[in-house]
Amino acid sequence: MKAYNIIVLAKQVPDTRNVGKDAMKADGTINRAVLPAIFNPEDLNALEQALRIKDQFPESKINILTMGPGRAADIIREGLYRGADGGILLTDRAFAGSDTLATSYAIGQALKKMGKIDMIIAGRQAIDGDTAQVGPQVAEKLGMLQITYVEEVLEVTDKTVTVKRRLENGVETAKCPMPLVMTVNGSAPDCRARNAKRIMKFKKARTVTELQKENEDYTALYNEHPDLMIQEWTVNDIETDASQLGLTGSPTKVKTVENVVLQAKDSKVISAADDEIEAMMVELIKSHTIG
Amino acid sequence: MSSVFVYCEIEDGQVADVSQELLTKGRTLANELKCKLEAIAIGSKLDKVGDQIIPYGVDTLYIADDERLFPYQTLPHTSIVVNLFKEQKPQIALMGASSIGRDLGPRVSSALHSGLTADCTSLVIGDHYDKKQDKNYENLLYQIRPAFGGNIIATIINPDCRPQMATVREGVMKKEILDPKYKGKVVKLDVAKYVNDEDFVVEIIERHMEKSKVNVKGAPIVVAGGYGVGSKENFKLLYDLAEVLGGEVGASRAAVDSGLAGHERQIGQTGITVRPKLYIACGISGQIQHRAGMEESAQIIAINTDPEAPINAIADYVITGDVAEVIPKMIKYYKKNSK
Repeated sequence: MKAYNIIVLAKQVPDTRNVGKDAMKADGTINRAVLPAIFNPEDLNALEQALRIKDQFPESKINILTMGPGRAADIIREGLYRGADGGILLTDRAFAGSDTLATSYAIGQALKKMGKIDMIIAGRQAIDGDTAQVGPQVAEKLGMLQITYVEEVLEVTDKTVTVKRRLENGVETAKCPMPLVMTVNGSAPDCRARNAKRIMKFKKARTVTELQKENEDYTALYNEHPDLMIQEWTVNDIETDASQLGLTGSPTKVKTVENVVLQAKDSKVISAADDEIEAMMVELIKSHTIG
Repeated sequence: MSSVFVYCEIEDGQVADVSQELLTKGRTLANELKCKLEAIAIGSKLDKVGDQIIPYGVDTLYIADDERLFPYQTLPHTSIVVNLFKEQKPQIALMGASSIGRDLGPRVSSALHSGLTADCTSLVIGDHYDKKQDKNYENLLYQIRPAFGGNIIATIINPDCRPQMATVREGVMKKEILDPKYKGKVVKLDVAKYVNDEDFVVEIIERHMEKSKVNVKGAPIVVAGGYGVGSKENFKLLYDLAEVLGGEVGASRAAVDSGLAGHERQIGQTGITVRPKLYIACGISGQIQHRAGMEESAQIIAINTDPEAPINAIADYVITGDVAEVIPKMIKYYKKNSK
């Protein structure tokens, strides 16, 4: 039976879809602490596509690779609950301030240490930046083919993957050789739910840093269950050129950030009362805006 | 002085709207920088694209014409663009934030180690002083875009790497032909020098493109719904109003994400940009990413139960009330008074 080595790239993001009024501090900076951190939605679509391939080829292995602060280990636990085999958290202050290119470089260098990979699957884009750049840039860094906007993996054969792509004006079916990087659209099927047995099994999965913080000794447990160890890689675990990391390695710089200030128009404020709505419609008809 | 470069997308021999818009913007930037505007068209049977592209004020159009180059594929198009950029060394490169530009742009930027800013809503030339290095940069491209859920507007620059790359969505910039008789030259590239046979690894088995049946962009009146519309039943009211007024229905991202409307109707930074004569925002709070796609509407009506909704600040009429109550009344009083 054929088996594939699949890496899912996932990111922990602030839930920008539900930004409340207290999300911005008085000085105009973002109050990250009040925003819930979630599994980037399209990365879940990516995980589902990986799981479907594993359903078909059960010997396949799915590992999650995520880059972020320590708490991003949650992403790997979430992946384990839903069916991934393991994961690696890439975390180091040296990565702070990375733009998409420096991020892709770091992720690419980590992937180079992960052995022979058949498929790298990621969400099309993350909701905190919406750039859709990291997938293609990782592919370029690895010299791999990329196939973006994937809605469905139709067929996996020995050396090829056939996918349906959802483009803005249509659909395309493409047959691509492996290895490759795929990015998956939000229009793809939702990720399956957590599995209760897997939650029981993996809720104790921890990184070494988490263990140290919790002052717990899981050594015995890990000796018995090595799959509960979430690998944690720092910059020292991968080969890097410091000039390509973090702020230094980022060609783009943020020059200014402005808090959004609304310039108020002279608005007519009306209620839902019949006479007020009628008066408005009459005005709009008279000004030939409508009719 | 190195040029401003635009990658032109071609479908069925026609230059995409977004590329025409970028050519117009590119001409403006080139004038300001006193440099040439150049463009590249990659595809098959491109004999006639010069007539479409040069009038935007393009000084040099490079054409890579080979039957294998249509439809778009990542590796061959990247290879041509990267090799041409290495030769021509443009200072600025613009692409559509389309499914092609967002596939090609990051790959090219990675290969050239040049920065790329996605989904810009404004591009401006300006200077920059770097305190750390005590260095002045003149005539950089300010790549301006909302970020972080639309709560901030970021100006991104690319001080040291070239080209400075940006993608822009369709409809954000305006397209305008500079001179139908503009004199630009066409350079046909020897495709074999720019791309290897091994780059053609993807087999496109089937391809089905269609112009979207929904034309929100061209509608004179847009009735747009947000998460606050609440239900599919209420959303139907928006269709009723749009039909009566001769308009189209649009939606905010929140409404699309929650399944109230299809992606093709999404208005905003990551959707389409509209400039209708009347925009009716129903149950839309009005984060900047949404406003980026509609704030140039001639007149705006905001219907919201929240009197503090940000959208109200840019509305001509603010109706504080429930969409389900207000819309039927608008239909009723339109019908009563329009004859």
